[in-house]
Amino acid sequence: MTMTVELQAPAVATPQTARAPWLTRLARPLLGLLLPLSLALAWELLVWAGWSNGRLVPPPSKVFTTIADLARSGELTRHIVTTLSRVGIGFGLGVAAGTLLGGICGYWRMARRLVDPTIQALRAIPSIAWVPLFILWLGIFETSKVALIAVGVFFPVYLGLTGAILSVDRKIVEVGRIFRLSGPAMIRRILLPAVLPAYVVSLRVGLGLGWMFVVAAEFMGASEGLGYLLIDGQQLGKPAQIVAAIVIFAIIGKATDWLLEIATAPLLRWQDSFARQSGAA
Amino acid sequence: MLQLTSVTKVYPNGVHALERFSAEIQLGEIIAIIGGSGCGKSTLLRAVAGLDRASAGTVTLDGETITAPHPKVGIIFQEPRLLPWLTVADNIGFGLSELPAAERRERVARALDRVGLADKAKVWPRELSGGQAQRVAIARALVAQPEVLLLDEPFSALDAFTRKDLQDHLLDLWADTRPTLVLVTHDVEEAVVLADRVLVMRPHPGRLFEEITINLSRPRDRNAPLFDQFKRHVLTALDRSLDRTVPDAQGRREPGGGLWW
Repeated sequence: MTMTVELQAPAVATPQTARAPWLTRLARPLLGLLLPLSLALAWELLVWAGWSNGRLVPPPSKVFTTIADLARSGELTRHIVTTLSRVGIGFGLGVAAGTLLGGICGYWRMARRLVDPTIQALRAIPSIAWVPLFILWLGIFETSKVALIAVGVFFPVYLGLTGAILSVDRKIVEVGRIFRLSGPAMIRRILLPAVLPAYVVSLRVGLGLGWMFVVAAEFMGASEGLGYLLIDGQQLGKPAQIVAAIVIFAIIGKATDWLLEIATAPLLRWQDSFARQSGAA
Repeated sequence: MLQLTSVTKVYPNGVHALERFSAEIQLGEIIAIIGGSGCGKSTLLRAVAGLDRASAGTVTLDGETITAPHPKVGIIFQEPRLLPWLTVADNIGFGLSELPAAERRERVARALDRVGLADKAKVWPRELSGGQAQRVAIARALVAQPEVLLLDEPFSALDAFTRKDLQDHLLDLWADTRPTLVLVTHDVEEAVVLADRVLVMRPHPGRLFEEITINLSRPRDRNAPLFDQFKRHVLTALDRSLDRTVPDAQGRREPGGGLWW
């Protein structure tokens, strides 16, 4: 009895998967959109039917009109460019500092013993707590904002890189020793490629934190930028503008992460990633 | 000639891994080192490879003392240890970076062909089977044309069929340039099928127990009665080496008391 059931099961399943592989491939990401889209649609219908005035929670159509208006006046581009350049510069500085210090502390035990405890202690401070001090030191304009973003980006990059260097497989390093690689050759040919996957992950975490911190930075007295749109929307009672800014944050944040992923993908082609395996299946 | 003189290794935690081990190995000889766990066979190999320094005693190759990895000494580990970010061809050519690109390419291609993986040149290591990966590791070691090739339980992670296949293949490759092979193993059949001499070691502290010369012509028939007899001989020695009541009969010779122990 059991035998027949087990034998029948694949026979039933085969035509299902064979029917349209392209359809399932297309449908899979769409499946994730189902919930947010139907919620948005439901809310839109509720407001349209007059069951809610949608004043505090604007319907999607109103959010899109707001975005379109902002885009038409050229304001949107200005805000996006401002925020993007803050994140860009802060991310660049944070990555540079994190990579430099992380590399040094990962490679030299002496430097790690000297510097790492201090950095770990500083990491324990919630980064937002630096804001008043940064404003006093660097003024309320660009410098303090960029500095805050750079601090946010620095820690994951530093931690990711030192951790990655420390966890490089001793067995792989021995291969380098057997072939008598010099110090710089060992770094270039063994350590660098070995830490790259973890480093890329830390860059992406850093970028995510950069986007978090740009909002905090723009809350502290900015006159332009997407964070300013949020504050402005709150102070003038324009919830549609707030939601519009949030939507744009989400889109640009995801887009920059995607760009980073694309840019680093050729370096990690060799990886046997779980994602690729399941993607191929 | 590879000469080991009273090689002793005491680890910082006080463990005597190796106690006054001496041996003289001629160019082109195949030596198998066999013994129970903790008999210092891997320690010995790492000292010859120059990966770890001996606490006392010396390892010399053609009169040159080995204290660091030596260009004439190659090693194959238990795991293939291929670099996952390099293709198979680049892995094999890893140690040849000082050669001009054209010559490197040619030698890599020849090595790939020799281990029967010519079609895998552009493949990533993760796409290889265990046996294929170990063959790449063998090619990577041999392409540098070492005078001494050390093998640390190179086939122990493979299934029985692949293991037998690779043992024959190794002998085949060895015949090309006839380097000295020093093989650490815990597989009696492997030792008898490959080696000219089998050195049986005993643990705590690691030292030589018995030396058995395998004077069988190659290729060796694993099913021949004589082969079986040698296998039994090694097995008996191995059993005796682990029996604490058996005194050190063969191994404990003072240096100078007979270089051929």
